[in-house]
Amino acid sequence: MNLTLFDQFSPPSILGVSLLLLATLFPALLLPSPNNRWISNRLSTLQSWFLLLITKQMMIPLNKNSHKWAAILTSLMVFLLLINLLGLLPYTFTPTTQLSMNMALAFPLWFATLLTGLRNQPSISLGHLLPEGTPTLLIPALIVIETISLLIRPLALGVRLTANLTAGHLLIQLISTATATLLPIMPAVSVLTAIILFLLTILEVAVAMIQAYVFVLLLSLYLQENT
Amino acid sequence: GPLSEQRLMDVRLGQLPAWLSTRDFSPQGLLGGAQKAWSSYYDKYINVKRGGPAGISMLLAGYCLLSYGWNYQHIKHHRWRTYH
Repeated sequence: MNLTLFDQFSPPSILGVSLLLLATLFPALLLPSPNNRWISNRLSTLQSWFLLLITKQMMIPLNKNSHKWAAILTSLMVFLLLINLLGLLPYTFTPTTQLSMNMALAFPLWFATLLTGLRNQPSISLGHLLPEGTPTLLIPALIVIETISLLIRPLALGVRLTANLTAGHLLIQLISTATATLLPIMPAVSVLTAIILFLLTILEVAVAMIQAYVFVLLLSLYLQENT
Repeated sequence: GPLSEQRLMDVRLGQLPAWLSTRDFSPQGLLGGAQKAWSSYYDKYINVKRGGPAGISMLLAGYCLLSYGWNYQHIKHHRWRTYH
């Protein structure tokens, strides 16, 4: 059995049946569906408050046409947030460390923003390829550069999320292994490593939340450009 | 009442095989049982007027244990490794 550092990222399975779907759907359990009561329980109240907050923040810079994206952007934000934060619990599996899943999220959504722009206002969308005020001689080069940067956006979205979470999890695993191994040998150094581990965990919690936010923010930015 | 109508916690240990034979193990039956279990947990610990972190924390702790069980076949190789 080949035990590498990246084995923690393999999806759990029972008797060969992959439990990737179950692990991805688990966050749904933590979000109670609203019932007819005005105030049902504290969890629902908290959830409603939070959802209203992020939807409002996200929809302010967008114009009326893009408000139909509110549901998908908000649910994407909550989905990523919950998955990233749940991955920090011991032994849990983080689906967003799989590049396949992040690309499956990033590529269609980015492509949808691109198609929306090209369909509804093609000249304005194409006009974004050339920043204002560029010297005439630079125009061909700049158009090529801007096209490349446009086409690389889905790749950047997916890889950013994957790389940040994977790197964080790897660091946590390495430093905790170092702490545990050093404990019988040099307890003082082990305590130092434990402090580093504590700080790293706080960083990872922040990174989990920030990465979800950045993903959705960039998508809404691309949408803003194109509507 | 009759055995099939009693809940799991009210069934005596000796009656357990007989009780299990009365349960519905079709996919709909299993799904219905899972739904019932979730809603009774939800109504008892989370859907209360002054709930606290306890309801969700128990759920997350159960999820950690479940993930440990799912990964056990992989984790058991770590115990006696010389180099980690």
